[in-house]
Amino acid sequence: MDSPAVSVKNLTLRYGDTLALNDLSFDVPHGELLGFIGPDGAGKTTLFRVLTTLLVPTHGSAQVDGLDVVKDYRQIRNNIGYMPGRFSLYQDLSVEENLTFFATIFGTTIRENYDLIKDIYSQIEPFKNRKAGQLSGGMKQKLALSCALIHKPGILFLDEPTTGVDAVSRREFWEMLKRLQAGDITILVSTPYMDEAVLCDRVALIQNGRIMKITTPANVIASYPYSLFSVKADDIYGLLKALRDYPGIHRADAFGQTVHLSFNKDEFREAALLDYLKEKGIEPAGIREIKATIEDCFMDLMGKEEG
Amino acid sequence: MRTILYIIQKEFLQVFRNRAMLPIIFILPIVQLIILVNAATFEMKHIRLSVVDLDLSSTSRGLISKFEGSPFYQIKQFSFSYHEAENQMQHGKVDMILNIPRGFEKKLLIENCVKVQFIVNAINGASAGLCNAYATMILMDYNRQIIAENKTISAMVLPQNILTDYSYWYNPKLNYKTYMVPGILVLLVTIIGLLLSGMNIVREKEIGTIEQINVTPINKIQFIAGKLTPFWIIAIFELAFGLSLGKLIFNIPMEGNLWLIFISAAVYLFVILSFGLLISTVTNTQQQAMLVSFFFMVVFILMSGLFTSIESMPQWAQTLDKLNPLMYFIRIMRMVLLKGSGFNDISRHFWALVIYAAGILTLAVWRYRKVA
Repeated sequence: MDSPAVSVKNLTLRYGDTLALNDLSFDVPHGELLGFIGPDGAGKTTLFRVLTTLLVPTHGSAQVDGLDVVKDYRQIRNNIGYMPGRFSLYQDLSVEENLTFFATIFGTTIRENYDLIKDIYSQIEPFKNRKAGQLSGGMKQKLALSCALIHKPGILFLDEPTTGVDAVSRREFWEMLKRLQAGDITILVSTPYMDEAVLCDRVALIQNGRIMKITTPANVIASYPYSLFSVKADDIYGLLKALRDYPGIHRADAFGQTVHLSFNKDEFREAALLDYLKEKGIEPAGIREIKATIEDCFMDLMGKEEG
Repeated sequence: MRTILYIIQKEFLQVFRNRAMLPIIFILPIVQLIILVNAATFEMKHIRLSVVDLDLSSTSRGLISKFEGSPFYQIKQFSFSYHEAENQMQHGKVDMILNIPRGFEKKLLIENCVKVQFIVNAINGASAGLCNAYATMILMDYNRQIIAENKTISAMVLPQNILTDYSYWYNPKLNYKTYMVPGILVLLVTIIGLLLSGMNIVREKEIGTIEQINVTPINKIQFIAGKLTPFWIIAIFELAFGLSLGKLIFNIPMEGNLWLIFISAAVYLFVILSFGLLISTVTNTQQQAMLVSFFFMVVFILMSGLFTSIESMPQWAQTLDKLNPLMYFIRIMRMVLLKGSGFNDISRHFWALVIYAAGILTLAVWRYRKVA
């Protein structure tokens, strides 16, 4: 196919005085798994709602499968699957009834497209007579994904599918996405979890309605321009506070039990830092240089935007 | 078409799966019909009467026995002190006082004319009017009796020539139940229809399923048709159920053609369900929808002519009432059931409903937008 799966040009959406989407432009080739990473309120859901034809943009255009989201919304709806962030199936209908309902609305049947959802649906099929409202979080996600897939869409939009799901189910979910991608489905997924970014082909960092960077996870890491160090101490909060006052430092962020601090290349002097910390009465447990993870990169990029 | 059928099936499934719903649909109407029809009557029976007879003559006793014999009155107390009787009324123990003055009989014989006093508790204006009317009727009756019995009086007084006689058409025994049942049935169907449809789409908004529906290729006509048909069927069923109960329990007359009732009901329900749909589209939560429906329902019901007659409302209210769908359907029901009216008689009301339905359905469909 010639046209990209999704093509967005100068897309802007305004809610009153707020710019929810600010001049976005990007293309998504067929078969890609693209992740949108960003904090709450960044505009991820709004972008998805425009692409799924639920919202009309203020300026600019967006095409899904070569079709305009405003003009050809009806055709687009036949070819996309959307899983909203909030569980939105009928809680009082059973698993099977929900699936049959969505299959029928799309003019198909479960049997016709069973192959596509078999992987996912087979896991919840033992509970097919249970009401959707009584499923666990992970099972609800699987059911919602099955319902979004039942009409064999070419493009799948998943809005924060793993929010509120346990770590094991999250991993399982991403494995399923990978398999779907192998079945030639383009997937756009949004998530607030930065660790999920490495699982995507490309990631788009979105903040305050703008896409700050859209590239592969490897590129994100490779383009990290600073020297990064990890420091441990008993009093993490005190350490963080002291480090942020340290002259010449770029950033200091808490990462679990450690603090990550970054300096411009070759500006790091270990002895000077240790002296400074001793003066403040902090005994660091050890400083070592580390390689940047994708999270470090995002923290850095987001910090730049705020500054 | 298959899609619509499936949505209908799904709605039915959801309605019947809801445990609170079945009693609402089947038990509530029976209870409501029985309670309202028996309770909401304009007849006054057992008006509590206090008699102050200061004359104690045969004439005064005759008058009292007239009241005793009437089914409307129940003599609670005889007393010789007007103040005592007044006290009783003050405490709400009696509704009316009959005050017969001293020298009642004597004055009647000598002057051919005498006055008695009625004192009526008029906190409830309507019932006070009835008390008075009943009392006047009894008094007139007694008056005639005295004239006939007492020749000395009849010799001097011209007999009354003009007598009013009543005959109540279409409800000869003035049976209020007969009059109330059709109206209450309309009320029932309206409540069920308006609430079910008003709550429904807003509920999908609340739980977020509308979002999932909106990204599907289903169009809004299909969706709305699929949504409203089940409630339409339930409400029609409800009406049939209520009519059967009315026949079985209250033996209401069914003079006219039942088809006419159901065809009118079909149109009427379009109005009500579209109204519910409209409420559903302009509200965001079930609570809002409930309050808005309630507001309209109370206005519609109180102005429907079910409890008070429309003709006695001020002119502006009567004009406003042209917008009240209940008014039309209650009239149709009463006309067809009690009077046996045919289509020509009800056609004005019927077409009003048709126009109403078309208008409000268009408005509701227009207001319901799939693209947010």
